[in-house]
Amino acid sequence: MKRFLYELGESWKIAAAQMRSNLTRSTLTALGVIIGIIAVTLMGTAVNGISIGFDKSMAVLGDDVLYVTQWPWKPVDDWWNYRDRKKIKTEYAETLNRMIAATPNSNLVVAVPTSNFMRSIKYGGNQVNNVFVLGTTSDFIITSTIDCTAGRFFNELESRGGANVVVIGYDVADALFPSENPIDKSVLINGQLFKVIGVNTRQGTFLGLFSWDSMVAMPLGAFNKYFSAKTESDVRVKVKDKTRLADAKDELTGLMRRVRGLPPEKKDDFSINEQQAFKSTLDPMKNSIAIAGLFITGLSLFVGAIGIMNITFVSVKERTKEIGTRKALGARRRTILLQFLIESTALCLLGGFVGLAFAYLMCFGIGKAVPSFPIHFSLGLVLISMIVSILTGLFSGFAPAWTASRLDPVTALRYE
Amino acid sequence: METRNSIRPPGPVVIDIENITKEYVMGEEVVRALRGVSLQIRRNEYLAIMGPSGSGKSTLMNMLGCLDTPTSGRYEFNGKNVAEMDDDELAAVRNREIGFVFQTFNLLPRSTSLRNVELPLIYAGINPDRRVERAAQVLADVGLGDRIHHKPNELSGGQRQRVAIARALVNGPSIILADEPTGNLDSKTGEEIMELVENLYQHGNTIILVTHERDIAAHARRTVHLRDGLIEMDHVGFIPELDLPVAR
Repeated sequence: MKRFLYELGESWKIAAAQMRSNLTRSTLTALGVIIGIIAVTLMGTAVNGISIGFDKSMAVLGDDVLYVTQWPWKPVDDWWNYRDRKKIKTEYAETLNRMIAATPNSNLVVAVPTSNFMRSIKYGGNQVNNVFVLGTTSDFIITSTIDCTAGRFFNELESRGGANVVVIGYDVADALFPSENPIDKSVLINGQLFKVIGVNTRQGTFLGLFSWDSMVAMPLGAFNKYFSAKTESDVRVKVKDKTRLADAKDELTGLMRRVRGLPPEKKDDFSINEQQAFKSTLDPMKNSIAIAGLFITGLSLFVGAIGIMNITFVSVKERTKEIGTRKALGARRRTILLQFLIESTALCLLGGFVGLAFAYLMCFGIGKAVPSFPIHFSLGLVLISMIVSILTGLFSGFAPAWTASRLDPVTALRYE
Repeated sequence: METRNSIRPPGPVVIDIENITKEYVMGEEVVRALRGVSLQIRRNEYLAIMGPSGSGKSTLMNMLGCLDTPTSGRYEFNGKNVAEMDDDELAAVRNREIGFVFQTFNLLPRSTSLRNVELPLIYAGINPDRRVERAAQVLADVGLGDRIHHKPNELSGGQRQRVAIARALVNGPSIILADEPTGNLDSKTGEEIMELVENLYQHGNTIILVTHERDIAAHARRTVHLRDGLIEMDHVGFIPELDLPVAR
């Protein structure tokens, strides 16, 4: 082992001297790896960013919340079986809450009704279109991860009374009140005035999926009063122990069957969903983006690796006599193998470092220029890039190094 | 040159070759480069191997230098059977027991004299401090104490060959194997190198000289003539006019 480290150290010195003396060639060869690493790393940051965006969007749903809906959260082939299902009514929430209270050791905490509608919202001369308007109860805050940067969520009193108050998303607030404090201002939704009592903390958007940033929440009473028509309603139910989500789901299914008054022989006429269901639909999509992206960018790294392999072959050929001399002086096969492997690896590692530095700068630039672009640079990515560089070096250097180590000293010495 | 007549008493046998052959396959033809050569070389001998091209001279040198193994026959180096060693074992023998001096010097062009001389020590696994010290010492011994940080292209031909000789000596080998050491030098410089070699012999080194030049071979105390893969003559001393063995 000590001997190996000794040889490793000496080979490093030789490799460094070799790179210095062939500076132009080394730089050009490393350029291939640099470009490869930049491509792979940037793709990695994008994949990372997409993944984080997905997870963030998922987090909005909450991993301890069950959703009672008409349609399941997954693609269905037999849509006609779902089309004629009865709508989910907001009143179910109250019934469910009574049942939960009556069940000892229930694994459910609270049921919250939500109704939604797309509307435009105005303040003064400013208007935002297609805002997701949500009618719910004050318990909503329990099932959700959202916070308010300013003001507060509506309380139980306002909830029961159906007061004309709204909590608005960050982007909505930004668009309506560019230079004002939105709290206590009145906004116009569907011809009705609502008082802003809270602004949600910025959540960030991803591909326009479920963001609280472009949303408005109001008491269900007020919602029903003004937007009674065709609205979509769900009931969301918070679970006490998320490790026993399956039990909770069974319990909720039982309760819902009682609510609907289904006899045992009938199938469920509602769906119970959780975040996981969404994830399992979106994850394959996310993974194929990652695989396709990394494969394509990986090709450019592969081209870089071939460049290194080529130059190492040339180097072995040029230095045949030197290899013969080294062998005559007592260099073993392993020593020669190591020397050339380290040369190619050092070149790749250097390319990797430079490529990474460029990729970091580019990420920084993109992040500044287009903040919404999903890109995320992580330490793990740095480590992986370094490992990939080393592996590239070993991969591309192995064949030439092996050839060098197997050279017959007599033939090598005679080579001109 | 009176030193030329002083033969130092030979020591124990270093190289013991018995009836070795070497065959190469070239295309469809089998070339028999050595057809049964037997030779004993003792410590502290100064031997020249001579012969026209195609005589098997180079092949024999490669055998002696453990760069190649014979097709058949016995070869013992310091009592160890070399004929059956694998590549890495041969490398270890070359590293510790044999100092090579080449016609074309074979120095690493971008490394300093010191670094070149260090090379065998690196392969022997000597630690850096002792390595530098030892290499600098040997360079000083061959008269290049002030040239240790020069690269080969900053040195004259004679100086380069001195660096190569220092490199050959640095591990304290059992034999110095010099292949046409003056072939790339003018005759004056060549003579200087041969004086250095004579000096090494006088200091107890074993020298094997491979050459086709009579003037050079004349420095040796024993001459082996090869012809067609066989030893034609093996005699003590050298008679340039006749190139015949003297009576023992």
